[in-house]
Amino acid sequence: MQALVLRLRQSGHLPVLAAAICTLALLLLGSLYSSNFLSAQYLLQQLQIASFLGIVATGAMLVILLGGIDLSVPWVVTVGGIMSAAAAGWWGSTGELLAIPFGIACGCLFGAVNGIGVAYLRVPSMIFALGINAVAQGLIVVQTGGFAPQDRATPAMHALATGRTLFGIPNALLVWLVVGACTVFLLHRTTLGRAIYAVGNRERAAYLSGVDTRRVTFLCFVLAGGCSAATGVLLTGYATKAYQAMGDAYLLPAIAAVVLGGTHILGGRGSYLGTVVGVLLITLLQSILSVMQIPEMGRQVIYGAVIIAMLLVYGRGQRLAQ
Amino acid sequence: MRVDTTAPILQLVDVSKRYGGVRALEGAHFACAPGRIHALLGENGAGKSTLIKIMAGVVRPDAGRIVLQGQERRFAHPQDAVSAGIACIFQELSLMPELSVADNICITNPPRRFGLIDRKAQRRIAEAALARAGAQDIHPLAPVGSLSLSRRQMVEIAKALARSPKILILDEATSALAAADVERVQALLRKLRGEGMAIVYISHRMKEIAALADDCSVFRNGRHVATFAAGSQSDAQTVEMMIGRDIAHAFPPKAPAAPLAGTAPALEVRGLSWNDRLHGIDLTLNAGEIVGLGGLDGQGQREFFLALFGVLRGLKGELRLSGRPAQARSPRQAKGPAIGIALVPEDRKTDGLMLPMSARDNLSFAALERLSRAGVVSRARESQAVGEMVRKLSIKVPALDEPVGQLSGGNQQKVVIAKWLMNAPRIVLLNDPTRGIDVGTKQEIYVLLRQLAQEGAAVLLYSTDYAELIGCCDRVAVMYDGRIVRWLAGAELTEHALVSSALNLGDGRVQAPNRELQ
Amino acid sequence: MNSPPRAPAQRPDWQYRVYEQRGTWAAVAMFALIFTLYIAKHPSGLTVPVLTTAANKGVLLAVVAMAQTLPVLTSGIDLSVGMVFVLANCLASHLVVGTPMQAALGVVVVLAVGALCGFINGAIIVWGRLQPIITTLATGTIYFGIALGLRPVPGGDVHAGLADALTGALPGGVPAMVLVLLAVIVCIWLPYRRSELGRAALAVGSAEGAAYMSGVDIGRTKLLTYTLAGLLAAIGGLLLTFVTYSGEASSAIGGVYTLNSIAAVVIGGTSLAGGAGSAIGSVFGALVLRTIGDLLFVFDMEPLWQPLFQGLILLTAVSLGAVQLLKVSNRLELFR
Repeated sequence: MQALVLRLRQSGHLPVLAAAICTLALLLLGSLYSSNFLSAQYLLQQLQIASFLGIVATGAMLVILLGGIDLSVPWVVTVGGIMSAAAAGWWGSTGELLAIPFGIACGCLFGAVNGIGVAYLRVPSMIFALGINAVAQGLIVVQTGGFAPQDRATPAMHALATGRTLFGIPNALLVWLVVGACTVFLLHRTTLGRAIYAVGNRERAAYLSGVDTRRVTFLCFVLAGGCSAATGVLLTGYATKAYQAMGDAYLLPAIAAVVLGGTHILGGRGSYLGTVVGVLLITLLQSILSVMQIPEMGRQVIYGAVIIAMLLVYGRGQRLAQ
Repeated sequence: MRVDTTAPILQLVDVSKRYGGVRALEGAHFACAPGRIHALLGENGAGKSTLIKIMAGVVRPDAGRIVLQGQERRFAHPQDAVSAGIACIFQELSLMPELSVADNICITNPPRRFGLIDRKAQRRIAEAALARAGAQDIHPLAPVGSLSLSRRQMVEIAKALARSPKILILDEATSALAAADVERVQALLRKLRGEGMAIVYISHRMKEIAALADDCSVFRNGRHVATFAAGSQSDAQTVEMMIGRDIAHAFPPKAPAAPLAGTAPALEVRGLSWNDRLHGIDLTLNAGEIVGLGGLDGQGQREFFLALFGVLRGLKGELRLSGRPAQARSPRQAKGPAIGIALVPEDRKTDGLMLPMSARDNLSFAALERLSRAGVVSRARESQAVGEMVRKLSIKVPALDEPVGQLSGGNQQKVVIAKWLMNAPRIVLLNDPTRGIDVGTKQEIYVLLRQLAQEGAAVLLYSTDYAELIGCCDRVAVMYDGRIVRWLAGAELTEHALVSSALNLGDGRVQAPNRELQ
Repeated sequence: MNSPPRAPAQRPDWQYRVYEQRGTWAAVAMFALIFTLYIAKHPSGLTVPVLTTAANKGVLLAVVAMAQTLPVLTSGIDLSVGMVFVLANCLASHLVVGTPMQAALGVVVVLAVGALCGFINGAIIVWGRLQPIITTLATGTIYFGIALGLRPVPGGDVHAGLADALTGALPGGVPAMVLVLLAVIVCIWLPYRRSELGRAALAVGSAEGAAYMSGVDIGRTKLLTYTLAGLLAAIGGLLLTFVTYSGEASSAIGGVYTLNSIAAVVIGGTSLAGGAGSAIGSVFGALVLRTIGDLLFVFDMEPLWQPLFQGLILLTAVSLGAVQLLKVSNRLELFR
């Protein structure tokens, strides 16, 4: 048994397997509570909700693979949501067409500034993203005049977030699938993907091997900003309105999902499949806790405890004394 | 030399250690006696580092006994070994760069007053230790990170001495030292031997071992091969014991003298200057030749390579490649087809490889542009190129998808070199490529370099090993204080000439400012 | 040839000591400048009520920033400090009430709980071998959950006499909170810094592998570090109770304090990479952050624009170090 665990750990698949087992366990546990848990309707709904977290976790994963961390998620998500709704308000019918790209572009812009700070100014990502988060918040406060935004989501955004077209599969899930497929392709088949892993492992060696490591870092932050904003767009579509602090609830779960999926928090290692499983795990966990009507206190404690417990199984570092 | 008859102070009996599937040590025996210098010899992967790590308490053996002064001991933690009187100076220095010299020296068990660290007493201890090591010019409050590598090694030695050890272990302790410091350390070791300390010494420099050691132990493939009095075996016999086979000539034959007429030199450097580290370097490098860079450590050789590779800003001077003016502004540009320079860095673990990544990923990493189209990597072409390189360089790698950090030092270095060869570079810069590498792999690298030259590349090799410079290079430029002070070739290329030019002595060909050496 | 080396020009000792603390000095200077501007522009000027209000707000963040400094020195991070802060606040609103004896016991229990939270963090990091960032992110939610259990709705009380004393001013005009801060620095930070384990923390942050090989007890060092961080965060929470006279389990407050503590540490001159820095610098970094907000208010900036400006100033402050990059002529120095 020990040898099996060791081999699994070395192959890097242990986290994915462990997270998958845990997810199934949660489903079974939930089904004991209510048979609804295994119904197609419920599962599809969970996948729809998971898509939102999944897209933001994609961006978070890219930055974590680099060895950084994107703490600007909360307000860049909000930027995406509010700006896309605002575009519809500003520019009438062209605004409606441009709303989604515009919202995402705003997120990419913040990501770009983030990327410049981390890649070119060499400020640690944790602190620079904090600053970006504060600036984004400041801009939103100015933009909305401190009030709740009045702009509504465009029909397109609403359809994307809530609609189901293909065989009853939620559109949001399709969006996540597309984003996920692109990310897997990026990470495993492109030179940029190799460079991301290399920079996360050792930027010095990557630089001396002739890679423009600063540009790689910059691009990852742009993509992460875009992902955060895309989530904001979808959330606005879901709720038909944007609201302040809509992104706050996504930062911790996104990071937790990435780490539970086996991506090393210091960068350089991790697979997207793991992130997918991590997202599903977190979504199910949150869903079960709310359905069981456990009071908020219990939810918080269980949430944190589950993360620690899972990580103790497969996220442990090497002993210094061998 | 008398055969060692003194009772041993430290013995390792039947010690074994495995790392995953790799057998680092198997039934190894070792004993060292007080008042004697005992040299440990063997290729990389022979188990020497593991052996001393066990002695120093950094690693616990799977089987076997450690007997110290007749008593069996177990070291759970490096501190146990230190308390038992064993001090070890590792190849990777155990210094903390942000802390001061004094803090580093007294990092464990500092002198205390009212439970808190007594800074004044600590400083006195540090000064005494530095003086004992012969490095009294180092200021105890200086942050260690601000010192040169050679000075840091001296601090490391002082730190070991401050613990008043009975047994002192040195792992390649002189490989980073400037020549003057090497002399001082050797004198120090002789003095300590006289005082009754037992000294264990790992080095790949046969001359040093011949000068210092009383006893020699050879290890191969994790097993103890032989222990004999120093000087009782010839160099050739010793090397044979180390690699288990007879070595023919150490160096492949050199190239004929003149380059093809009419072709522009591969690299021409005129008046290259940078900051206060490089002062007007003039150099011509032709395709097909191996040129060596000599001189003491820290005279600008490293900076010269970085300058050629596009890492430095604010360069002055002229650079020409194949006749055209060209200057790389980044390593990315340097490796590109227009310029075609490759740099094999001095520290493969931090600068040459991404250790947790697979051997395959590391091998293809510098040549990804060639192996891909529109940013997408072609797996087929990658596998083919990687397989070719592994064969060409005989890289011993159990599985290409295993992390490259698990390979031996010599094979890791081969991966670094192979990585660059995939790019078909015109100019290959190698920064001390065989430092800390076993004899067998060294030879393979020499043959490879000569092959590269014959295939048309221009090779510039910096080495701290005189034998290597003399054996490998067609001509050697000796650097001192950021400029080339002497060119040596043919009959002039002797060790004596290398040493005296390195110290800028002799015929006063170039006047250098009267600055002290490192 | 083998003449002994001439000693290079020895620098006087004080130059080394100043260089070692350069980050702290910069933070002190920044604070002095900003605070002077603030007092100059303030309608009431340098009066006791103004100082006391400033102190009451500033010391809270300063103490949490001190808590954050310790793990950062070991090149770790503690994302749960804000939540321990909130937990201590909620707990204190239950326990630090009643007779002076009961209140004193309550204080001890609150601090002990904070230290315990920190110890748990350290234990998971040392024995569980998990990374600090994700460990403290998870334990933070657990501690917040407990706080929520203690105070599902804001409320509670605190010993009025103690609260009034600590949030007021002493004869001579010195705010009592400033003395509390000084006491914390003198009783916790300075002994820690000069102790073997405190210095070992810097060693671990500078080069953990080297520290291990040198025989440093990494486990004990980290355990002590995180435990003290929890203790300091709890002190902050306790002081919050004295300022607000109640307990509130607000994840927003916890989050803000955590993130601001990180910003304060950076502004105070401690590198997030660890190995060098000082909690005193972080104190001044925290005071700088607090005063900037007040400064914008006092300069009659539109309230709507204040969050944006605060964000921009924070961004600029942490980017200041980038100016050094212009001097770098060996690009390899940029990369780890």
